[in-house]
Amino acid sequence: MSFMQVIDLKVHYPIRGGFFNTIVDWVYAVDGIDMEFEQGKTYGLVGESGCGKSTTGKAIIGLEKITSGKILFEGEDVTRERRSRTSRFHREVQMIFQDSHSSLNPRKRIADILAEPIRNFLHLTPREESRKIGELLEIVGLPQDAKEKYPHEFSGGQKQRINIARALATHPKMIIADEPVSALDLSVQAQVLNFMKDVQREFGLTYLFISHDLGVVKHMCDTIFIMYKGRFVERGTKEDIYGNSKHLYTKRLLSSIPATTPVGREKRKRARKEFEKVYEKMIHKAFDQNGRVYDLIPVSDTHYVSAPSARELLEIGKESEMGGSR
Amino acid sequence: MLLNLCIVAIKMIYKDFGNYGANIMKLMFFLSDTYTSLKADCRKGEGFLEKDALLTVRGLHVGFRINDRFYDAVDGVSFTLKHNEILAIVGESGCGKSSLATSIIGLHHDRNVRVTGEILFGERNLLELDDEEMNKIRGAEIAMIFQDPLSALNPLMRIGDQIEEALAYHTDYTREEREEQVMRLLKQVGIPKPEQTARQFPHQLSGGMRQRVMIAMAISCKPKIIIADEPTTALDVTIQAQILDLLKELQEETGAGIILITHDLGVVAEMADRVMVMYAGEIIEEAPVQKLFMHPKHPYTRLLFHSMPQLHSKDERLHVIEGTVPSLANLPRTGCRFSHRIPWIPKEAHEKHPSFHEISKDHYVQCICWKHFYFRKGASNNAARR
Repeated sequence: MSFMQVIDLKVHYPIRGGFFNTIVDWVYAVDGIDMEFEQGKTYGLVGESGCGKSTTGKAIIGLEKITSGKILFEGEDVTRERRSRTSRFHREVQMIFQDSHSSLNPRKRIADILAEPIRNFLHLTPREESRKIGELLEIVGLPQDAKEKYPHEFSGGQKQRINIARALATHPKMIIADEPVSALDLSVQAQVLNFMKDVQREFGLTYLFISHDLGVVKHMCDTIFIMYKGRFVERGTKEDIYGNSKHLYTKRLLSSIPATTPVGREKRKRARKEFEKVYEKMIHKAFDQNGRVYDLIPVSDTHYVSAPSARELLEIGKESEMGGSR
Repeated sequence: MLLNLCIVAIKMIYKDFGNYGANIMKLMFFLSDTYTSLKADCRKGEGFLEKDALLTVRGLHVGFRINDRFYDAVDGVSFTLKHNEILAIVGESGCGKSSLATSIIGLHHDRNVRVTGEILFGERNLLELDDEEMNKIRGAEIAMIFQDPLSALNPLMRIGDQIEEALAYHTDYTREEREEQVMRLLKQVGIPKPEQTARQFPHQLSGGMRQRVMIAMAISCKPKIIIADEPTTALDVTIQAQILDLLKELQEETGAGIILITHDLGVVAEMADRVMVMYAGEIIEEAPVQKLFMHPKHPYTRLLFHSMPQLHSKDERLHVIEGTVPSLANLPRTGCRFSHRIPWIPKEAHEKHPSFHEISKDHYVQCICWKHFYFRKGASNNAARR
């Protein structure tokens, strides 16, 4: 059972200019997407830069005004409420940002940083608050003397764990993680990802994991959304996307992941080049006459692909087959 | 009076550009006409240089000043770069890989950074050259591509002018020839509408296009060596694949040697001919790319491969390397620097004074602890929780 739904979410930015700074055009950053979230699952949102994936995350949590659409949280419409500071929605849905350094206030000690959501939502006595902060530090595996330190005294991985601790402070149901590990080194990345999985198991959290790293997404996520130009082009379980991708764009994305072995790289490069040609030739078929990506059509129970109709879907699949995606 | 004002204004604008120019110059290109005197002619009495060596680094130390003491971020690094080769330098942040690169191209400040050792380019030691001589090499013969193209490009100059600046500085081309050259370069790096792009400013381009412009600038004077410092870290996978393919093609065309600095092992697998792994300022393993990926030997390299999220593995947990890289000031300077990250390997397994061993042809490993290394079971389970 899903506890949260996003229905036909749209975020459009006006482009102003010309006479009296009137609105000349719109940027369709997010253009009608539907999502639903179940408790304890991890959802991946993948796409190239500028496709609207971060905007989606920000719009859901209320950092971005939405143009139209609805967000339902446990059956209630929270579309308006979510922008108010003290709403329950804010307590239950938290966010982690990509840049762990700039998302921590450099003038505050760690104790105060972690206390902020507690003070906003939980109304504890100072002693309880201090105990709570201690617990949080313990969960994320930092020593107790970290309380008195400032953000710059920590390494990148530790800072990201502090961010996670802050997100956990109010016992949320869901955490939106916007590229949480893409600024981290490989070994630290492994640490943070493992840790995120641990916390998830412990608290039954739901993650919306926004990333462009397909390796990380595969490791973390149950359901994956592939986003392109503000719309979803494919949605499915990990197996659907990585084993049986249908949309041309998804295939291209998968074919450009660098393999982790140098064996056969010349062959891969040739295949990639060939596929690129097919892609250039075929990609216009992914849009309708208004230049929008088609709506999603179900292929199986879990697997949805954007296509004009079920028959044409098969056609696109067949022709791009020769591109040889891995 | 009015004329005077105009002159002052023009001077001010010019000065502004001058400042930017100085910055940009650091990243850019100067043609040397003295190259002809530079034929590969080994230095007498200096040991032997490999015949096809393009760049030889010997015993390089790069020390940064912290409270009036110098701490070496790069600690005795030696390697050679051959013609027509892509040499990858891999390591986590803070291991000294970027310091190494910037010292080759001479971007360090004399007062705050102490660079010792030898960087031999042809028969000249780059560290002994004065600014003027270095300017002639920098850009013309050794060029650099930076990680963040937006901050490496001048926001106030049009793309075409920025590329042209380099050519104007070191070549005898006329204005028309230079413009022609700029168009050719932009086309070469795969920018669809060169005429239009040349007139645009950096902020009007996407990240991938900006990086292409950086590459166009880097290859404008046909350098012998290109240093690419994390050229694709800021880009997403599809663009990354395009940029890497482009770099490789250009390299095959021009025969330049590329030093590719990255922390992405996938990029290394796709690109490199030879790989050096750095840890805490030292090279700990060096091998041809096939060998390194098939038979990594040093514990750090093996752990690094282990902690990579594999596309085809079913493992629930990723492996974690325990501990952290010590900061520059706290770095133990004796013994095996990796020893405290693998505490389950006994002290006796490490060398007291680690040295570089050739364990098979062209495969070098620092210290002998790799012989005794094994993965500890269950080590990953609570590493994050400690």
